[in-house]
Order: sequence, then structure tokens, then C-alpha cells
Amino acid sequence: MKFMGYPRPNGTVGVRNLLLVLPSVVCANDTALRIAAQLNGAVSVTHQHGCAQLPADAAQTYRTLVGFASNPNVAACIVVGLGCETLNAKNLAADVARTGKPVASLVIQEEGGTIATIAKGVVIGREMLSGMSVQRREERDISELTLGLECGGSDAWSGLSGNPVAGVVSDMLIAQGGRSILSETQEIIGAEHILVRRAVSDEVADKLLDAVKRAESGALAGGSDIRLANPTPGNKEGGISTLEEKSLGCIAKAGTAAPLQEVVDYGETPTKKGLVFMDTPGHDIESITGMVAGGAQVILFTTGRGTCTGCPVAPVVKICSNTPTYVKMKDNMDLDAGPIIDGKATIRELGEKTFGMILAVCSGQTTKTEELGYGSFAINRIGPTQ
Amino acid sequence: MEGSFVQDAQVAAHRVTDRDDVAVALRLLEKGERAAVQGEKSTMTVEVVQEIPRGHKVALRNISRGEPVFKYGAPIGTASAEIPAGSHVHVHNLEGNRGRGDKQKENALTERGGRAE
Repeated sequence: MKFMGYPRPNGTVGVRNLLLVLPSVVCANDTALRIAAQLNGAVSVTHQHGCAQLPADAAQTYRTLVGFASNPNVAACIVVGLGCETLNAKNLAADVARTGKPVASLVIQEEGGTIATIAKGVVIGREMLSGMSVQRREERDISELTLGLECGGSDAWSGLSGNPVAGVVSDMLIAQGGRSILSETQEIIGAEHILVRRAVSDEVADKLLDAVKRAESGALAGGSDIRLANPTPGNKEGGISTLEEKSLGCIAKAGTAAPLQEVVDYGETPTKKGLVFMDTPGHDIESITGMVAGGAQVILFTTGRGTCTGCPVAPVVKICSNTPTYVKMKDNMDLDAGPIIDGKATIRELGEKTFGMILAVCSGQTTKTEELGYGSFAINRIGPTQ
Repeated sequence: MEGSFVQDAQVAAHRVTDRDDVAVALRLLEKGERAAVQGEKSTMTVEVVQEIPRGHKVALRNISRGEPVFKYGAPIGTASAEIPAGSHVHVHNLEGNRGRGDKQKENALTERGGRAE
């Protein structure tokens, strides 16, 4: 099957054509936002990282920023740094430029302050946008798509309607040569014994179990009761009692058919097609940011309680597990999986409908989060601020 | 996840697999009603002993304190109280066993996470 996407110089294909203005450090956030605000067609993000981080944490931030800007939905990128930070803006720009896309870097201390940096950034950005304006979509194979799977604000129906629908979509994409990323390590705790049976090798199985052990030991080491964080109050109100119950529902997003090919770190780009697991937290925004940094061009997000978050550079398709929430939050929901519970549609039928919508969205159709201009960004932190 | 739902107004609760000890209420279940439960291949009825909100779980058998409770064909936690058939199963009588730093001694990580079968 085919869709219409933007070809990139490194052979990848984007489903959006965006200019990203990316601060390399928290201190450059305001400047990056001001540059993007002058440029019609540019997006920007803010974050709290890039300096005063321990090495492993700094490396994860760097990998995530490089990956996010390298995502094929990003047509061109302007990196904005301060100058004295640990994370070097010029190195970041050089690593993103390996994709062949236009990349520029601006360092505020070298440019001579905020106003000079903004002025230069706007000039560079306008040139980039002009070049992007003549880029056209072309027919591409869906095997070139990476789908990020996410669930947030789950309720008891999520595991019975929305997540199994996502699973059908994932199985369909993989059957045609594409890739799906399952994430949220906390939310496979208690269901890993099922997922691990699908691992293609002992090595992949061990990596998955190690990730789960790390996620769980984070709670155990602090003497904390994970129940105070997960399930959330909304999950419980929605009928989910335990993390194990939530997890057993969550893994339905990974479908039933595809073997687990690979386990990757947060923000890392997978090397295998098919089903991949990324070690991310259950925090929706951090998880989506990690998957997009790993190359996901589109996100399928299931929810029961209703959630409104998006991603600045990737369309997020929201599927609601139940009709009452869908009706209540129609502004934020793209699809309703509620008819499954009412016996009016099958999981397969709604899976095929959702798959069709994903393809339309990858060819340019907007999602509710895009229409609202929503985009959230958060990098998973693995060390305390120094 | 094959467990499909049937369009039958009589069915009041959905049992994901026939191994499960609980079913999900498809509507508000009233105290005293005999609720029809649709399973994978089987059907049963349960006498509801207390009001159960839509989406929440009803016990399909008497579950003793300390017993594992199954849903999706897998354990979702342990009964922390006696749970009579027909009653509401939730955080007040069911507790998760994972990530329990507060119960660390009983929680040896090495005991689980092993490859099944």
C-alpha cells in the first residue's frame, strides 16, 4: 500500500514538512520561540535540559535532540544555543545535518545577544521556508512508516477497545513491512511475561526484562509504593485497580501477531522493521518525544479518560475507548472505539478504519491536535540536575 | 485480544477470558440484580450484591483473601480482603504486587519476570 510523503535526502520519508527551531539548552528557549514566532510554518519546542546534567543524562538529552530534529517530518532545522552550555549547539547541528536536510546553528553569545540572534535566525529561516515551499509529496510505500503507539488517561475500556484496535493497526502495518514502536516500560510491568514470549531471540527477551527490572527497581529502591503513581486517580475512577491490570490492557497495543524484533533505548533509532519496544517512562509526553526521536512519523494514541496532548512535529491520532468520553471530548478525539463495547463494531472493523485514517493522515490529513495547534515536548531525565 | 463483545441488551458484564475471576460491568449494575455475564465461549449469571459502576469489576466467585485475581487470563493482583461473588472488586479489596517498594521483602525481583513456559 502507498501513501503520499515528503522524500528526504537520506532516503527517509516525512509525513509533514516543518521547520524546527530547536534550543540546545534551556537558556535558549525564549530566543528559539521568538525566532519561530516570526516564521510562518516553523515550530519550536522548549525544554529544561542541555546543561548541568550528569554524563548519562546529558547523553540521553543529546541523543533525543539529534533524533527529534532528524525525524523525517522535519524538513529543516535551526539550532539555537547560548554558548557556555555543556551541550554544544554546533555539534548538535552537525549531527542533524548528517540527514542531508538544511541545518543552521546560532549561538547567542557569539551572535551578540538576543536581538542579533533573532534577526539572523529569521533571515535563515525564511530562506529555509522558501526552499521547503516547493517540496512536493510523492507516492511512497507504507513499509517506510514508523508508527509510535501510546496510551494515556486509560480506563477499563482502553484494554478492551482502544488498545486492541491499535494492535490491529500495528499488525497490519507490520504485515506490510512497516514498523511499530511500543513504549512505556512502567506500563508493561505485570504483562512482560506475555510480551517476552514474542521476542525473536534470548537477547531481545533479556533486554526487555532488564528494562522492566530497571523501571520496577526505581520504585523498589526508594521504598515507594508504585501504586501511589500508577495507576493514576483517573485510571482508578475509570475502573483500573492495579498496575498489572493496566499493563495487561496496555500491551494490547502491540497486537497479537508480530514478533518482538528489537528493544531500543529512549530516543534511539531502531534498526529492525516490525515490532520494536522502546524503553520509555509511562509519562505520555516523554514517551512520544522518545518515539519521535527514534523516527516515528505518526503516533496512534489511545485514551479512555480523554487527553489533549500532541507533538510539535508528528501528527497524533487519538482514539477514544468509549463513546461517552468521545462525545464529551470530541474536540480532541479523532476516532471512537466505543462501538466495540456496545457490540456494534468489531475490533477488526475499527482497526481497519483506523489504519485507513493513519494512511490519510500520513498523506496530509490533519488530526484534532494539529488543528488545535497542540504540541508538547518533554525529554526523559535519568539523572538529577547538577 | 479476541474477546469480542456481543450486541445483546441482556448482557450486563464482559468476562475477557473464561479463566477470569472478574467481569467488567457494561452498565451500572444494581444491588440484587442477576447479571448476565458474557465470556469468551461461556455465559453465566452472577447475583450482584452491591452497586457496581460501569467499567468496574464484579467478582464472579467467592475469592479468599490472599488469592490471586485473574483478568485478561492473567493475575492482576491479590485479594486483600474476602471478596464474595457479586461484589465490587477494586482498590479496597484488590492490591497490585508489582513495584511495591513498601513491601520490598516479599517482593524479590528475581522471582518474577522470568520467561513463561
